[in-house]
Amino acid sequence: MNNPYFDLLMWARTTGFDIALTILIAGLLLRVLEIAVLGRKRDLAAPKGNPVAQGFRTVFTRSVPRKGQLKVAPVTYVGGYVFHLGFAIAFLFLGAHIALIDDLIGIQWPEANKALIETAAALAVVAGIALGWTRIANPVRRALTGFDDWLVLALSLLPLVTGYIAVNRLFGADQTLWMALHILSAEALMVAFPFTKLTHAVTFMMARYYNGSIQGRKGAES
Amino acid sequence: MTATLERGLNALREQIDAPVASFFSSCVSCGLCAEACLFYTETGDPKYTPIHKLDLMRRMWRDEYTLMGRVRSLLGLGQPITDAELASFEELVYDSCTMCGRCTLVCPVGNDITMMVRKMREGMSAAGYGPEEMVGAAQRHWDKGGPMGDLWKALGAHIARIEKTTGLTINVDKEGVDYLVILSAQEVAEFNDVIEAMARIFDKAGVTWTFSTEALEATNVGIQLGSTDIARELVGRVVNAAEKLKVKGIISPECGHAYQALRWEGPNLIGRTYPFEVVHIIELLDRLASQGKLKTKGKDTTKITFHDPCQINRRGGINKEPRRLLNMVADNFVETEDAGTMNWCCGGGGGVGSNESATEIRLKAFGHKKRQFEDVGAEKVVTMCAYCHHILEESLEHYELDEKIEVQGLTELMAEYLDD
Amino acid sequence: MTHKPMLPELMKAHGVSRRGFLKYCATLTSALALPPALAPKIAYALESAARPSVIWLSFQECTGCTEAITRSHAPTIEDLIFNAISLDYHHTLQAASGHAAEEARKAAMEANYGNYLVIVDGSIPLDNPAYSCIAGVSNLDMLKETAAGAAAIVAVGTCAAFGGIPHANPNPTGAVAVSDIITDKPIINIPGCPPIPIVMTSVIAQFLALGLDSIEVDELGRPKAFFGETIHDRCYRRPFYDKGKFAEGFDDEGARQGWCLYKLGCKGPTTKSVCATVKWNDGTSFPIQAGHPCLGCTEPDFWDNGGFYKPLSTPAGNYRQWGLGALAGGAALGIAGGAAARATKARAKSAHEDVNPHDLERDT
Repeated sequence: MNNPYFDLLMWARTTGFDIALTILIAGLLLRVLEIAVLGRKRDLAAPKGNPVAQGFRTVFTRSVPRKGQLKVAPVTYVGGYVFHLGFAIAFLFLGAHIALIDDLIGIQWPEANKALIETAAALAVVAGIALGWTRIANPVRRALTGFDDWLVLALSLLPLVTGYIAVNRLFGADQTLWMALHILSAEALMVAFPFTKLTHAVTFMMARYYNGSIQGRKGAES
Repeated sequence: MTATLERGLNALREQIDAPVASFFSSCVSCGLCAEACLFYTETGDPKYTPIHKLDLMRRMWRDEYTLMGRVRSLLGLGQPITDAELASFEELVYDSCTMCGRCTLVCPVGNDITMMVRKMREGMSAAGYGPEEMVGAAQRHWDKGGPMGDLWKALGAHIARIEKTTGLTINVDKEGVDYLVILSAQEVAEFNDVIEAMARIFDKAGVTWTFSTEALEATNVGIQLGSTDIARELVGRVVNAAEKLKVKGIISPECGHAYQALRWEGPNLIGRTYPFEVVHIIELLDRLASQGKLKTKGKDTTKITFHDPCQINRRGGINKEPRRLLNMVADNFVETEDAGTMNWCCGGGGGVGSNESATEIRLKAFGHKKRQFEDVGAEKVVTMCAYCHHILEESLEHYELDEKIEVQGLTELMAEYLDD
Repeated sequence: MTHKPMLPELMKAHGVSRRGFLKYCATLTSALALPPALAPKIAYALESAARPSVIWLSFQECTGCTEAITRSHAPTIEDLIFNAISLDYHHTLQAASGHAAEEARKAAMEANYGNYLVIVDGSIPLDNPAYSCIAGVSNLDMLKETAAGAAAIVAVGTCAAFGGIPHANPNPTGAVAVSDIITDKPIINIPGCPPIPIVMTSVIAQFLALGLDSIEVDELGRPKAFFGETIHDRCYRRPFYDKGKFAEGFDDEGARQGWCLYKLGCKGPTTKSVCATVKWNDGTSFPIQAGHPCLGCTEPDFWDNGGFYKPLSTPAGNYRQWGLGALAGGAALGIAGGAAARATKARAKSAHEDVNPHDLERDT
């Protein structure tokens, strides 16, 4: 006799994780190296600004919307911030996750309390739903939205929802089962990473760098 | 040789590089670029969303430039670009994008969408989907030295007139002077007061300069049409003339894309760095002013606002210079909302102004600019691009505002208040 | 059949008053999470129950379960339960040995065929019967033979319930649980390594008093009264988990402050047992209270569930090797993909034919 929930959990912690991590690492490395190896031609125009410095600077400065932009697309901006920050807080500051990161790469930092984590997670879910809503309501976003966008949205929200259910045992959820579902949902996200727009989480740095360096060479803002 | 789909696809294929790959990899389809685009904001039609204009290029990147895309194609999931699709995108790539670069600056992941539209046009033109007006201009420039044909006769007349009225000598093909001056056809044909303005300012400042009979034309329809081969030839003519005359530099005139073509694309088009400097006329005037060589007296008291040409400010890096100059001569200078780097385009850049089929939408897109001028109650709009100047006047006339709002080139305004 | 004294007589003999007996019944009712109204019924049932015969079989085990049950706490009332049953066969506890012991088992089986209770601790080796024999009889044969006439079987300890430590990877003896062999008798699993003594005795008491049907079990055959909630949910250190305060080592400040042991590998969140409330040694303490993370011993395969000191949220597989392989593979794929892309571009460049403006129109 065995506990099927526990078997599921152990599969998620062993084979499932191994597969997901392998696909995540190999896939992202493929995506990033493929871009880097393709390369670009050296720009021969005499620089007016410092392309390299501005490239690196833009990686950070582009995180802040340009003046006036916030009010033209408030849901996209605010929803985007809340989703990203909420997800980051829930992922990076829960003790169990820090234990995971510590186990993987041997670094750790202080944990946040449950109230903060759960508030962040709940807000991220609300933001995700709002962002999904604008994908239906806003004509531009509706036109741009494809299967990839819905898949990524669903996969991003699932770990937040399953994690919340597992910790709080909503609806009398079996903790072992929901912990397994939570880990599996995170693994689904990991697997989807290299194949979907989730790749932006890594390549945005390259894109912003290129943007900043192209503009920086001209002494123009970026 | 004729344009074919295959030639177009090959030209597009040549354009894909690491930045393009990183941009497509990063797009999260947030749609924020649309909010930055004058064609979307003024029409509300989602088809004008900037990143959407690159759907075909994105597919080529995915299918031919990524390992995963190659696998997809092997499984029969690839989507090669068809002739009909290219044809249907002409409207989006040429008529409703001035390559103004606002989308490039708001994209949260940092995609240089404008640069990609520039690349997309390479494929479009080689496939035969360049707008006929631009192709015609390219043919005239290629064959006769300028998009409006040979303007030397007209320029010669201007030179003679100016020499007579001012008593100054205007050099032609003179070796060893400081600068070679080139002009945009628009200036020779429509705004030729700028020639006298330059002559007077440079005379005062002790700057020596010359025209070249071999390279008068500053504009470069090659970069608007999206044809590297044509752009290279046109830039090459100017570079050769400058080298022949052994000048220290070339003055890029009040023309947006000319500055982009000569200053930023040029060395990459011809594949080598220049042995001379390229300076925009406004950069040079600012430099002269800071050296005390450009002095003004008196002030213009009309309510002046400034229109930033996209290719010179946002995509050219000249932002503070015109403002420093304006403050020397303007008593009542007000900035419009978003002035400077995030300025809104006049609607005619990137060749849009020459496309007959784009007239309606570009006049509609001018709506934003118009509101901004009205909001600050401008009586005069100063700019530093002859084509912006032309489009602003035409659009203001369309909205029957030409009586209320005057448009003037900055060089001309500076010359008006030159301390003789 | 010898005279079996009824429970009240035994109680008198042990100096327990009627009041003490009723109090015991109330405690038992509460321990079993039964409605208090049932207490008189339990008292009546225990009072009128004849001492049933119990055969305790010990297979591949460590005697920890027996050790535990003998420490069942006070007022020696569980001890009383021992006397309330007729423990006819138990290696460790019975006075007889050798042939006499085996005869006692056979006699008890014969005399009570169909009515006796079998308690098993330890797992059964299937690979080779010789791995564990008693009086020349393999565990497998003895279990089958004894189970045949049993009214029910109670598998105490994780070895009997789920295979336990002998079953742990690589399971050299082919050890299995009782339920893997006996499928035609009711089996109640009381896992734990060892189980909490009062849980063992309470379940036996409930069986005696209210019958097999009164014992509600979960999908693993465990009485829900004792295995319905996780240790984590009832743990007195839970507030520290919620506040994000964790001991990182066995001797750090967090450990001294009594913070949550999650990061030291505590399996409380996935382990169902009443350890945190019933506790051990007369309610004195339990492992987490003593500063050690829960090992998860009431769950099947607890020995193989990813390491006792690895936090539950950490991967337990070979991800390091896989990850290194992924790094190498991803790098190779990336360079290959990039090279292929460069080749595509180079081909396009060489296919380029310079155009002039007259080449940009289609032949019509």
